[in-house]
Amino acid sequence: MARWAIAIHGGAGVDPNLPESRQEEAKRLLARCLQAGVDMLRSGAAALDVVEAVVRELETDPFFNSGRGSALTRRGTVEMEASIMDGRGRRCGAVSGVSTVKNPVSLARRVMDKSPHSYLAFDGAEEFAREQGLETVDNSYFITEDNVGMLKLAKEAGAILFDYRIPLTGTDTCSALAGAVDNKHNGMVMNGLPISIYAPETVGCAVVDSTGACAAATSTGGLMNKMTGRIGDSPLIGSGTYACDACAVSCTGEGEAIIRSTLARDVAAVMEYKGLPLQQAVDYCVKERLDEGFAGVIAVSKTGEVAYGFNCTGMFRGCATEDGFMEVGIWE
Amino acid sequence: MGWALALHGGAGDIPRTLPPESREPRLATLRRCLDLGSAALRDGRAALDVVELVVRELEDCPHFNAGRGSVLTAEGTVEMEACVMEGATLRCGAVSGLSTVANAVSLARLVMEKTPHIYLAFDGAEAFARDQGVETRDPSHFITENNIERLRQAKAANRVQIDYTQPLKGQQAPQDPPAPVDDNCQTGTVGCVAVDAAGNLATATSTGGLVNKMAGRIGDTPVVGAGTYANALCAVSATGKGEAIIRHTVARDVAALMEHAGMPLRDAAARVVAATPRGAVGLVAVSRAGEVSMAHNTTGMFRACATEDGHEEIGIWTDGDAL
Repeated sequence: MARWAIAIHGGAGVDPNLPESRQEEAKRLLARCLQAGVDMLRSGAAALDVVEAVVRELETDPFFNSGRGSALTRRGTVEMEASIMDGRGRRCGAVSGVSTVKNPVSLARRVMDKSPHSYLAFDGAEEFAREQGLETVDNSYFITEDNVGMLKLAKEAGAILFDYRIPLTGTDTCSALAGAVDNKHNGMVMNGLPISIYAPETVGCAVVDSTGACAAATSTGGLMNKMTGRIGDSPLIGSGTYACDACAVSCTGEGEAIIRSTLARDVAAVMEYKGLPLQQAVDYCVKERLDEGFAGVIAVSKTGEVAYGFNCTGMFRGCATEDGFMEVGIWE
Repeated sequence: MGWALALHGGAGDIPRTLPPESREPRLATLRRCLDLGSAALRDGRAALDVVELVVRELEDCPHFNAGRGSVLTAEGTVEMEACVMEGATLRCGAVSGLSTVANAVSLARLVMEKTPHIYLAFDGAEAFARDQGVETRDPSHFITENNIERLRQAKAANRVQIDYTQPLKGQQAPQDPPAPVDDNCQTGTVGCVAVDAAGNLATATSTGGLVNKMAGRIGDTPVVGAGTYANALCAVSATGKGEAIIRHTVARDVAALMEHAGMPLRDAAARVVAATPRGAVGLVAVSRAGEVSMAHNTTGMFRACATEDGHEEIGIWTDGDAL
């Protein structure tokens, strides 16, 4: 028998000035979701079911940027995306542009289990959700007061959310950049947004169960003030989410940087092709494979290890293993 | 060192009995695109410009499944997607769900260069196309008679996906076995990879997706690391069964084997193709050193390559069969 392990996250790139009460709230939520996953694993649930159930919990709570509580597009709407991957057979499912499905991760799983495809988006994804009888709600259900305020702040900050480290040709981004790195935010910026406005992206979960099967799932509302139609790393297999026989990985942070580095697949590729153990593979990818971008990674291996890594100010995270180790944290 | 170029027009179960009227226009297009790309590289154009130029030409050709000639969704519409990536900077752009943009690959490049994002899809991508003033056409421009018939046959056979290159009934030579009902490979996606004289690498891929696909379906083409990837070592464009290419992160894996295991391009490409289910994948790839791979585990792949030292190859089935 293998040993189970679970890791979860609620986004990387946390405002160092986040009020203590919000920090405590985040930790309580992480601990509750982690415990739900641990309970399932103890009673012999499969990794795939556990990652789906845990991400559903995280989506349903408005605290993090997924499901209810998702970040808003420029137009003030919610466009959610999610993916799930089963390490055995590397089956996968993903959705983007979901606007009424209460739990996008479960729609991603239906795409994997019930459609001939791996990835459905926008109207086609919504239509499929209705065919499958998944619970749907009005788009306003996902929109929180907090996020309406954040969108207003993001627009005032002039932060158009460009991937500011990559030079744009032919566009004038200087004024936006100046707004984003204004000193009143200590110059700390994630995805072009002052860190106090930036909503830590994305929730995710990686699990190995007691049979040694690995699975990962990731879900997000994307970037605050994003263009409608924008797809980030979360639904992209190999970028935000990846699982194979050896490990399962979920990433969070600056989506564009994660896509360029195909971060989740690379943790597995470094284990496979360089022969590094899990934590070293995570460290290597965070240090060497991200360009200028900020991101965080959680991962588990088939032998029951957990690992995480990030190169920014904090990551909401939690992990637990069969031998009794359990940790919930935000900072380094 | 030196420039190199490779392009494809899809991999799949291409019957060796493919009639001349299906074969010749495709080979002629491959020839024209190879010459176009080679001339551009000879003139010192950057790899990124060359792959865009060549893929635009392939999109405009109605015989391949991209741009005009894209296959139809279950609803009888086209939903095109494309991706472009530059190796040195890892900059990339992708689009999905386009129904009016004449050249999806060029919109992908604009997403890369003019937005803070990498990937735009459906209405948001169409709105961006209008903001940027790119050429758009009525959706009917992309729909060919052949593809209306392909969709009809796919629906009649209740096939979600059919092999794009299977001759239409009536065109089929009598000795041909009928296409197996479970044959769900996707052929006709187009792609191009290039390394220019300065050693810059770039890749681009464009597709209409699968015949009779569900509306909203995204395949491997626009997924960075699956159908398309480039870094400082190589540039890769893949084609075949999208779902298999996604789960095997085919394009990134060629690069990952070179980067993490120190493999040369051809070994890396051969290993990735061998590890993917038989009949599922073909790819074109070039390395910074100017090596070329056109590995595939399908019956055939419409493909062509050229290098600075004068080597040229155009083929469908085994190497060099259509020169």
